[in-house]
Amino acid sequence: MQKEGLAAGLKAGLTIAIGYFPVALTFGLLAKTTGLTLAETLAMSIFVFAGAAQYISLSLITAKVDPVLIVLNTFIVNIRHFLMTASLNEKMQPDARWKKAVYAFGITDETFSVISTSGAGRVRTSYAAGVIVLSYASWVLFSGIGHVIGANLPLFLQAAMSIALYAMFVALLVPSLKGNRKIVLLALTAAALNGFFFWTELLSTGWAIMVSTVVSAVAVEVLYARRGNVLRRAVERKEGA
Amino acid sequence: MGSWYWWMLLGMAVVTYLPRAIPLTFLEGRELPPAISGVLRNIPFAVLGALIFPAILYAQPEDLLFGVIGFASAALIAWLGGGVMGTVLGTIVILAVYSLLAG
Repeated sequence: MQKEGLAAGLKAGLTIAIGYFPVALTFGLLAKTTGLTLAETLAMSIFVFAGAAQYISLSLITAKVDPVLIVLNTFIVNIRHFLMTASLNEKMQPDARWKKAVYAFGITDETFSVISTSGAGRVRTSYAAGVIVLSYASWVLFSGIGHVIGANLPLFLQAAMSIALYAMFVALLVPSLKGNRKIVLLALTAAALNGFFFWTELLSTGWAIMVSTVVSAVAVEVLYARRGNVLRRAVERKEGA
Repeated sequence: MGSWYWWMLLGMAVVTYLPRAIPLTFLEGRELPPAISGVLRNIPFAVLGALIFPAILYAQPEDLLFGVIGFASAALIAWLGGGVMGTVLGTIVILAVYSLLAG
């Protein structure tokens, strides 16, 4: 079965592009107030392409933190992508290693979520490319525009658009929840754990998301494997009787 | 900034790229044990739960009601079959109206 390709990927990527628009615009503005030139701002968005890490680096630069520690912090914040790309590898069509090395650069929380929830079956490389190209273009372009003209949208609209990426995550999750208890359990467990880490301030955001995700994914898998065993034994007893 | 900025950027680019690239390239063509691939298949749904909650409540850190309305609107529109784009745009419109009225 041929799944959706580049055109469908671009269409799905448009949602992320819209969601990135206010976030990138604000990043550009903050970078300017931090003292970065336009070239330095664009270079960070072009070569790093990781929203949370870029924002954090600005506040660390302002606080005159040692650049080595900024790099280390970036690693800690982004290590969760390791988990996402390991998961994504199960979902993507097998392809040449260099192609995978290229699109790996474009895996963010948002592109991962869109690509990995795009229905049953293997995902084509061209679909992933479409999602990533538009997202990346939006991120880089609006970082630059934010630096040059500032976040010039009316305030109420800027506020409203801050919900865009979360609304997208909700829209990706909710249809999968319908009639699938395992997915409901996975999402609720991870959300509850993440809430716990957030309100107790036990872990920083990056780690909290990673630990919540792993614990939920493993625990639910163990639970369902056990249930599978119990069911299988019950069937065997019936057949034996 | 200065030349240190470009060295820092190089470091940031490398440590961001490696966790993205290593699993996709090293695991290519490898068959994982069923238990591991089962866990990996669970990750998208678990990570969505953690990405949404509780951060969505603090989309506007000083206005909790903003996040609650946004969360409820997005969930409702998505549940009714609004699709990804419909959910995102619909939620933005609802919150724009709310922000206009509240602001």
